[in-house]
Amino acid sequence: MKALITALATLPILILMLLSGPCAAQMRIDVSGVGATQLPISIADFATDSRVAQEVASVIRSDLASSGAFRVIDPQKTVSESVPPDYPGLRSSGAEAFVGGSVTKLSDGRYDVRYRLYDIGKQSTLLGESLITPEADLRLAGHRIADAIYQKLTGERGVFSTRIAFITRQAGRFRLNIADWDGENVQSPLNSPEPIISPSWSPDGTRLAYVSFEAKKPVVYVHTLATGQRVAVANFKGSNSAPAWSPDGRSLAVALTLDGMSQIYLISASEAGTPRRLSSSSAIDTEPAFSADGKFIYFTSDRGGSPQIYRMPASGGEATRQTFGATYNVSPRISPDGRQLAFITRREGRYFVALKDLAGGNETVLTDGGQEESPSFAPNGRWIMYATRSGGRESLMAVSVDGRIKQRLNSNRGDIREPAWGPFAK
Amino acid sequence: MNKRLIYRVAAAAAALSIAACSSSIKLDDPAPVEDRSSMPADGSAAAGAGAGAGSASTNPAGSSRPVAQLTIDTKDPLQDPNSPLSRRSIYFDFDSFAIKDEYRSTLDAHAKYLTGNRAKKAVIQGNTDERGSREYNLALGQKRAEAVRRALIALGVSESQLEAVSLGEEKARSGANDDAALAENRRADLVYQ
Repeated sequence: MKALITALATLPILILMLLSGPCAAQMRIDVSGVGATQLPISIADFATDSRVAQEVASVIRSDLASSGAFRVIDPQKTVSESVPPDYPGLRSSGAEAFVGGSVTKLSDGRYDVRYRLYDIGKQSTLLGESLITPEADLRLAGHRIADAIYQKLTGERGVFSTRIAFITRQAGRFRLNIADWDGENVQSPLNSPEPIISPSWSPDGTRLAYVSFEAKKPVVYVHTLATGQRVAVANFKGSNSAPAWSPDGRSLAVALTLDGMSQIYLISASEAGTPRRLSSSSAIDTEPAFSADGKFIYFTSDRGGSPQIYRMPASGGEATRQTFGATYNVSPRISPDGRQLAFITRREGRYFVALKDLAGGNETVLTDGGQEESPSFAPNGRWIMYATRSGGRESLMAVSVDGRIKQRLNSNRGDIREPAWGPFAK
Repeated sequence: MNKRLIYRVAAAAAALSIAACSSSIKLDDPAPVEDRSSMPADGSAAAGAGAGAGSASTNPAGSSRPVAQLTIDTKDPLQDPNSPLSRRSIYFDFDSFAIKDEYRSTLDAHAKYLTGNRAKKAVIQGNTDERGSREYNLALGQKRAEAVRRALIALGVSESQLEAVSLGEEKARSGANDDAALAENRRADLVYQ
């Protein structure tokens, strides 16, 4: 389907997902920049006998538009998946793909969401599906359809049905939040009068590790989202922080201060146990991150005099320096395919998200805000979400790994920080 | 026993005027303890009774019926704003973890207090300014707390009395971004338990 994709639009686009309805949405996405190629796709309103249908179509439109890979056309009409599309009319609108669908309320209260994706040039059906969905998951159905369309047309897995975790600070309280990737559908599994930092998703997306200061010191917890059950997996004398999941979900690499300075240890992700020391330096070692294959741990250390990113075997051992381009390179994150290292670099007193090709060695600065922190890869490796500050407010942004597209997640929830992009939905 | 007892000894002099007596004898002090036998006219018992920072007045006039007044007062030096122990914050230079000379007397006072009160425990909380990575700042704050912890141990404080932790940039006192605010946040605080 790559043939469908053509190079078009060069002007920046701005998309505002305005909020509506009672549960609306404290967040909003602004998108700027475009991808190198944009596929024009027309998405009709879905036929329905109920009021909820247009939410599904609008979720699909905003998902695909914000990806930067599509130019979304709204034909301003309702077309069910059961009727053949108006190919000549669509072709003259400039569209190369078309989506029609319907939402039908079932006798048990759930909804049957159906859609078809058409190739206008070939006048053929590319996809057709039926999703049986509870009312509370209609937005999720829209995200899943957007994922299917995105994957069919780009050949790459979409992240529209994934979730993000982040921390907000408002009116003296700190909240751990979970939301859809676009910041909608916010839920808060934990709120506290003391700070919470460094949320990290388990590989299966069912648990979060984080650092809470509720005991007046940093302690690492693992929190099961469905039940609210929490385990203090690292609560040793001194400070406990920087949890990073092993790819098998059984262990966490953490920073502990059992020997005075912050060093990296391996602990159980399910119970308070005995930590095994992995790094051994007389300097600061912190911010561990497993490589995609679990064989290595990347981490921040100032053993060379300035904070830089190093790599050591996951069982511990000799570390080799990975970053060189500046005197302050911290917060390593490895892309899901294991090929790229995202990190924060300080250049002339300002902090940016940078990307390094682990094979090629080039370091590229992706952002221009100057107060960036906490990068987090999307599970398809296409985006990096991060925290930034501007105008005295903290907010979240996402940048495409090619640096072309940026999205800002605005919030009325006060300061918003510490994003962690969750894994693909099962 | 967490409170430290301070004994105050005062002598009364019958030869002094009523007005003078009323200012040196605190009739409304709670639970005064009288000790007639230890009150010679030269006031030497005052020094003997002064186990703490007590003060005593002597009996210059020499009465035939002297009455010494001893007041037991429970005063915690940690609560005394005039004690060097009231200084609980150690400030650091930018990117530095060395304790500056101006804090030696503060640390000496805390070490003396902790070695004299082995049941007392203190947490040392390291802090940093808000620039850069939260987790790296947490490690930097730990380094500051650890510097203070080691200094106190070198002065004789037991390891079991101390815990060094870091709050990183999370509890910054000042959210401003000027030099004064950044300096204010580069500190370690002693917090008694």
